[in-house]
Amino acid sequence: MQNLNADPIQADLPVGLIDYGMGNLQSVENALTALRYRVERVVFAPSHMDFLALVLPGVGAFGDCMKSLQDKGFLPFLKQWILTDMPFLGICLGYQILFEESSESDGYEGLGIFKGKVLRFPGGKEKVPHMGWNSVQIAKSSPYLEGISSGDYFYFVHSYYPDVLQKEIILLQTDYGGVSFSSAISRGNLLATQFHPEKSHKKGIQLLTNFLYRAKMARCSEKKAK
Amino acid sequence: MLAKRIIPCLDVHAGRVTRGKKFGKAELGQLSDVGDPSLLALRYNEEGADELVFYDITASVEGRGALLGILRSVARSCFIPLTAGGGIKTVEEIREVLRAGADKVSLNTAALANPLLIKEGAQKFGSQCIVLSIDAQRVGENSWRVYSHGGRKETPWEVREWAMKGVELGAGEIVINSIDADGTKEGYDLKLIRVLADCLPVPVVASGGAGKMEDFALALEYAHADAVLAAGVFHRAEIHIGALKAYLKERGLPIRT
Repeated sequence: MQNLNADPIQADLPVGLIDYGMGNLQSVENALTALRYRVERVVFAPSHMDFLALVLPGVGAFGDCMKSLQDKGFLPFLKQWILTDMPFLGICLGYQILFEESSESDGYEGLGIFKGKVLRFPGGKEKVPHMGWNSVQIAKSSPYLEGISSGDYFYFVHSYYPDVLQKEIILLQTDYGGVSFSSAISRGNLLATQFHPEKSHKKGIQLLTNFLYRAKMARCSEKKAK
Repeated sequence: MLAKRIIPCLDVHAGRVTRGKKFGKAELGQLSDVGDPSLLALRYNEEGADELVFYDITASVEGRGALLGILRSVARSCFIPLTAGGGIKTVEEIREVLRAGADKVSLNTAALANPLLIKEGAQKFGSQCIVLSIDAQRVGENSWRVYSHGGRKETPWEVREWAMKGVELGAGEIVINSIDADGTKEGYDLKLIRVLADCLPVPVVASGGAGKMEDFALALEYAHADAVLAAGVFHRAEIHIGALKAYLKERGLPIRT
């Protein structure tokens, strides 16, 4: 495990946990707290950017999520945060809405940060939702993957997955029901996972640790550059 | 491929984990105290449990208060899926348990009394968090009767019919407890588990009767269970979860280690 307290300058910045009124954020908050980070729930689009990182968890449907983010004024803020490469972690639905659209909710646009559509598992032989512990294969090396190997298991609960068109962002790949899908992507200071790191025991906590460590480094070098 | 899950079950009574045999009754003093729920949960989390189940076996209002407290504390330190059940009768109570840190809620007696509870719960929170737990007793070579109230009351339901009805209403997973095998350490009721696992479109969790490592393997290999649940053998440290997982993996089963 990396040293969580490497930089005391950033120790006071909270991790912003985006609370758009859907689903239970407690388990994500518990994991961040256990890693000794201060968590601030963000209920409306904030007027400042004083967060170590933003975390967008998600349960529910794609369209409801986008509508809720829009109603609470999050959309321009989130786009700016992500496009300026500020540390961002998307989990489950928080990963899916980074794409252009979803077959779950026709007529709703996603954030469109990445190209591609979110699709439903075909079902048939394997059960939908894809629920339980499944393994990942590493698609590219990354500092996010320190302590994580191909074959490690993470916890999934979902019926849809993004069909990722930009192959260079694919971090982890997983097979289910005859589909090989991208179970995690990364670009710069952005990490997004289809599985729930906060429910994935030691490997999940390791991934969160890696993400937050890198977020600290990013915010720290940004401060020095100023 | 999905991993087969190993699930320790903690039966909670008056804030302690207890263990009985063949559905022993708390009011008759048929349960023995096996420890503090939060400490046991931590131990299983360390050993590599894939999920933890908490049942408030007294299913009273005070019992649920204790259960919520345990869930809140366990959810702060165990980062694996948590299921809770026992005496949950309304959608509001389902919400309370999920808020306290459970990922899934297990329904049993209340669902038999009011099957629409399954439907309402699934509509509100998603099928993935509604587990239907069924207590069944063998009444013939190939037939089992469903019991309610912790094995105290016979119902008119045949086990397959009730399980299918539950799935139809929205249950995302079925836990099947054999009243005959419970606490005997003579192995799961493999036939019972297999008839359900082979006909249901949702995961089936085997429960009741595990005594040795081979029992777990048979429930997964022969009876086609998606997960195996046990209590006593883990609580008494007769079987270490890490060792069990290594054994099952060695037999070729997909196991998270």
